[in-house]
Amino acid sequence: MAKVLVITSGKGGVGKTTSTAALGAALAQSGQKVVVVDFDVGLRNLDLVMGAERRVVFDLINVVQGIARLPQALIRDKRLESLWLLPASQTRDKDALTEEGVGRVIADLRNNFDWVLCDSPAGIERGATLAMRYADEAVIVTNPEVSSVRDSDRIIGMLDAKTVKAERGEQVKKHVLITRYDSARAARGEMLGIDDILEILATPLLGIIPESQDVLKASNVGSPVTLANASSAPARAYLDAARRLKGETVTMTVPVERKGLMNRLLGRRAA
Amino acid sequence: MSSQEPQRQLIRLRGRSYVAFTFTPVAPIVEWLEQVDAIVARSPGFFVGRPVVLDLAAVKLSPTAIGHLVSNLEGRSIRVLGIEGADASQLGPGLPPLLTGGRPCALEQQEPKNPESKLQQEAKPQPASLLLQNPVRSGQSVVFAEGDITVLGSVSSGAEIVAGGSIHVYGALRGRAMAGVNGNSSARIYCQKIAAELLAIDGYYQTAEDIGSTLRDRPAQAWLDGDVMRITPLN
Repeated sequence: MAKVLVITSGKGGVGKTTSTAALGAALAQSGQKVVVVDFDVGLRNLDLVMGAERRVVFDLINVVQGIARLPQALIRDKRLESLWLLPASQTRDKDALTEEGVGRVIADLRNNFDWVLCDSPAGIERGATLAMRYADEAVIVTNPEVSSVRDSDRIIGMLDAKTVKAERGEQVKKHVLITRYDSARAARGEMLGIDDILEILATPLLGIIPESQDVLKASNVGSPVTLANASSAPARAYLDAARRLKGETVTMTVPVERKGLMNRLLGRRAA
Repeated sequence: MSSQEPQRQLIRLRGRSYVAFTFTPVAPIVEWLEQVDAIVARSPGFFVGRPVVLDLAAVKLSPTAIGHLVSNLEGRSIRVLGIEGADASQLGPGLPPLLTGGRPCALEQQEPKNPESKLQQEAKPQPASLLLQNPVRSGQSVVFAEGDITVLGSVSSGAEIVAGGSIHVYGALRGRAMAGVNGNSSARIYCQKIAAELLAIDGYYQTAEDIGSTLRDRPAQAWLDGDVMRITPLN
């Protein structure tokens, strides 16, 4: 049975799209059949991060409106053959999405994939509510700072109220994914600590993605970080998170960059 | 403790609505007064201490006639609270003030004629408290004017709890809590960890800035001492 997972946050710029691409690729790397769906109609980015921007012909809106069939709009990843992308439209806006249309597309995808990952737009309006509408599980991407945590809290409240599962009296399974975490800055008190975030959100932790240049590098070359540099600290964190999504028990660690010999000799250590 | 004395709010202007009986006199006034006498004879003392509003829309009376009518009613122990449906210029200084914007409503305070119905009411009391088992998330607003609210989790920053009675939070209170909103000044707010954005009891409030830094993140309660809100540790 396919699982529909929404990657959401409320706040913009915290790493939803990066995390969708990385988790989607990590799940596909483990042999699962995965589709990542861009719900950010009008401001699409997932195609860029996936390196598929030059192959987009049809998009989610075309499928929702019945102009194109689903197989015409799906783009298969060139590196991983079990990874697919359903891009958003850049020329339309979120009003073009309808609840019935999205429901039909999601139901179709459920029949063809193991995992359907919905990349939610920022905000709490139509695009975000439709992205979470049919979700079984949710990954709430949070940065270690107060505004991001409060927005995540708001989104968790909406997941408990506005999803089909919630309206049926069931629960959307929720996971917190902390991104851009810098343990040195957290130790100096410049960032919220993991415990503070989890205490406020009262939701289980899926993983901690360290702040890293590798993430930006991977985005710029159009590759999910788990594919671009699988041994980097953020990639290892995403791979662990994907295993936890599949139900495996993986010890929670904060992966750190492997330091060069010179750095160690010079005694430059993270606090 | 903060060195600042909590701010005193000496005058607070707040609106409130009340239910009043409305009398609509019809001409001739003498016959109408006889009907009033008949009601008073059936249930003596029924109007004593009850607010009554005179609606003069159906009659045309001079200022002296209005004065006469009001004193006639007072002679029957009916006190007129205000006058509706008249022109402000008709009401002299000795007369009750003009009222506008009245809306019809059901009279709830009717005396229970049937003792059985009273028993039934007592057998099924309204729930006087609301229990919330999950955290109250940012953006959520929980309003329970009928009594107390108990929250087993935390109340997040940007969330709002509004209760007619007291508020109990068995977690961190980071949002806004308003207790005693129906004028219950003995309502209190209790929490395991105080980091509230705003606390209010019966219209008196304090913002996060007014809460002493020594209390922050500790178990605390807020209560009204006259017209000053006190926030003290819970020990």
